[in-house]
Amino acid sequence: MGYKAKFRVWRGEGGEGQLEDFTVEVNEGEVVLDVIHRLQATQAPDLAVRWNCKAGKCGSCSMEINGKPRLGCMTRMSTFEESETITVTPMRTFPVIKDLVCDVSFNYQKAREIPSFTPPKDVKPGEYRMQQIDVERSQEFRKCIECFMCNNVCHVIRDHDENKPAFAGPRFLMRIAELDMHPYDEVDRKDAAQEEHGLGYCNITKCCTEVCPEHIKITDNALIPMKERVVDRKYDPLVWLGSKIFKRSGV
Amino acid sequence: MERHEYDVVVIGAGGAGLRAAIEARQQGKRTAIICKSLFGKAHTVMAEGGAAAAMGNVNPDDNWMVHFRDTMRGGKFLNNWRMAELHAKEAPDRVWELEAWGALFDRTKDGKISQRNFGGHEYPRLAHVGDRTGLELIRTLQQRVVALQQEDEREHGDPEAFIKVFAECTITRLLKDGDAIAGAFGYWRETGDFLVFDAPAVVLATGGIGKSYVVTSNSWEYTGDGHALALLAGAKLINMEFIQFHPTGMVWPPSVRGILVTESVRGDGGVLRNSEGRRFMFDYVPDVFKDKYATTEEEGDRWYTDQANNRRPPELLPRDEVARAINAEVKAGRGSPQGGVFLDVSSRLPAAEIIRRLPSMHHQFKELADVDITQEPMQVGPTCHYIMGGVEVDADSGAASVPGLFAAGEVSGGMHGSNRLGGNSLSDLLVFGRRAGLGAAAYVDGLSARPATADVDDAMSEAVAPLERTGGENPYEVHHELQRTMNDLVGIIRKAGEITEALQVVEKLKERSKNTGSSGSRVYNPGWHLAIDLRNMLLVSECVARAALLREESRGGHTRDDHPGMSPEWRQKLLVCSAASDASGVTVEEKVQPSMRGDLISLFERSELEKYLTGDELAEYDAAVKES
Repeated sequence: MGYKAKFRVWRGEGGEGQLEDFTVEVNEGEVVLDVIHRLQATQAPDLAVRWNCKAGKCGSCSMEINGKPRLGCMTRMSTFEESETITVTPMRTFPVIKDLVCDVSFNYQKAREIPSFTPPKDVKPGEYRMQQIDVERSQEFRKCIECFMCNNVCHVIRDHDENKPAFAGPRFLMRIAELDMHPYDEVDRKDAAQEEHGLGYCNITKCCTEVCPEHIKITDNALIPMKERVVDRKYDPLVWLGSKIFKRSGV
Repeated sequence: MERHEYDVVVIGAGGAGLRAAIEARQQGKRTAIICKSLFGKAHTVMAEGGAAAAMGNVNPDDNWMVHFRDTMRGGKFLNNWRMAELHAKEAPDRVWELEAWGALFDRTKDGKISQRNFGGHEYPRLAHVGDRTGLELIRTLQQRVVALQQEDEREHGDPEAFIKVFAECTITRLLKDGDAIAGAFGYWRETGDFLVFDAPAVVLATGGIGKSYVVTSNSWEYTGDGHALALLAGAKLINMEFIQFHPTGMVWPPSVRGILVTESVRGDGGVLRNSEGRRFMFDYVPDVFKDKYATTEEEGDRWYTDQANNRRPPELLPRDEVARAINAEVKAGRGSPQGGVFLDVSSRLPAAEIIRRLPSMHHQFKELADVDITQEPMQVGPTCHYIMGGVEVDADSGAASVPGLFAAGEVSGGMHGSNRLGGNSLSDLLVFGRRAGLGAAAYVDGLSARPATADVDDAMSEAVAPLERTGGENPYEVHHELQRTMNDLVGIIRKAGEITEALQVVEKLKERSKNTGSSGSRVYNPGWHLAIDLRNMLLVSECVARAALLREESRGGHTRDDHPGMSPEWRQKLLVCSAASDASGVTVEEKVQPSMRGDLISLFERSELEKYLTGDELAEYDAAVKES
């Protein structure tokens, strides 16, 4: 049944802001995003938050709930104690526009830096023949809903803006892996992954995998195999170390 | 004020908008894509089942003619038959093209694109990726836009030289020079600053209107923007009374009520049961479909493995039939504890198979309702899902009656008649997105001069008004009341008295909306954005209610309790909505549909057409058959 929850929400714009306290009604079955919406409708009409589908499919409502990157629409209120104060803040890696809304243009910039799918010129639409088993690896990565929480949590850029120009982040390193594993892609992406997109910065701490709401095994299935493909040409001690430490499945 | 000059401005960045923009750019036009959310978040991502295209990969008997017939049947023969024809013929090419742009569909054993069964489709026809086909489609189109930008960067040194995405930008008015389109006016959500696009052609691809209803599968963006922009610019809307209530939305927890449960659950073997455990759909097969559906559970179950010798189970009837049946079961007191019916796949497929075929449904129920669909049935009920009605367009080019205005996808009307088949939406937006892009490019080529730049003072004062009112009405409350009214009074089952009552409420809400105020600054202010969107939702709701009151029959997505039958005379008529440019009111007029071309109508058996057509039309049919 309903109860009053204590919320602490980051409010502010133009580089300034503070945590603001609210007491707000919560009903059975609700998620954090429902409570944010109730705040908008009853107490703070101009509280800024991104959202679209409310079903975990669009990746818009990424935020940090009690310091952990989460989708607001997939975080059920029943996972908290009724007495707990729930702190909601914007993603830390990207500049804040207002309240819970960040400037995520970094991600769109990186997307554009990765050469697109390049099939052979002589295969016409309708002539593609691929086996299910050969498309499944890339299909896993195409489940990505671009919530950008993997890029948000990645320590390479989380508190290191200076690394941003040289590092595509897990989301787009995974995109490179997806294309590299596409049965019809003809571009050799291995050198660029390492030299232009910063694959070497990744030291496989798996933070990205942990926060992925789609449960994509970003580290095990995309980043480590990509590192292994690169290592054919270049020795990377982390791959060696990783292969000793982590048990891998489905690579 | 920020001003941009383009050849083609596409409003909306879902499947239809992106496909239109890609085409306009491929035709060499400088193209702007206006996107209410971030790029790649549009409602298309929520489409689950697949894209219908008669490729014949799973059953070689499939072809465009069978698909055309299914589409017309699903729409109860009210469809714009030329659109249904183009759609059925071109859908395979549009799907194959996606593959060449990087899409990875599920495969058949011989390596082709796999196709799945869906309600109303005679053969397995939906190209799919598990149950996240919409995501695959939008990501592929998004990545195609990026590929074109990379091409432009190599060639012109600027990735945005020919195609640029304006993300988190909302258009509030179309601009005109005389009778013709001259551009669009809007604001950046991020800053609240205004901007103007000067452009001779605008493609509307803004999707639907579901946010006028409480229980809906639609996201916040679905506020009928394109429908309203078209009306206010002098274009016409048709078929607005036809709204699809998807039979299976989640019913619990309350906060996710309405979120979609894909039809693939039934396509892959899931069955509907009431509280008595009965597969009640066998009791609801209407006469027009009697010979096409199984009459026993045994036959229905055999169909999944042997389609040549069995008829399909009635769970796979078109969506309007299933939604009404669920509604009736719940009303009769045979519903589930949480007010829906049971949809069970757990007793029909092994757990691993369910997780492989329906991964996002498994995930969605686990995370949101704490239900494991491999172990227990889901509870589902109807949810407002799709509007068949929209901008009246020329089938071939997507052109509206206002020169320079085009529309594609859900915001356009006609293609789906009175009821859309599942899977026909993703293929619709590809086929007609491309055609609208081509149409807009050809229109620009045919102009001798660009339109004069328009004055935007009125548009500006209209948009800024809610911010200037202090202590005005709370826009969230006006919105909630509209949603409740439409849900309760112009929902799945309608009556003249209730619709009239809804129209009275809408009138009052129109007055109240003129007085809504939004506190706070112009920076990313959702209260202000909602106050602006209310104009559109109210206008579109009025269209729905007025048309629903006039159409005195029941057909597809329009069920009148006081006029339960389907009328051949009404089948010939379209209801056409228009509005004054000050958004003060809507008028509705009747218009006669042109009759189907001889070679197309000859694709049907006379015995089937007798259920739909008037005596005069049947005489025309007999003549057409004789001729061929």
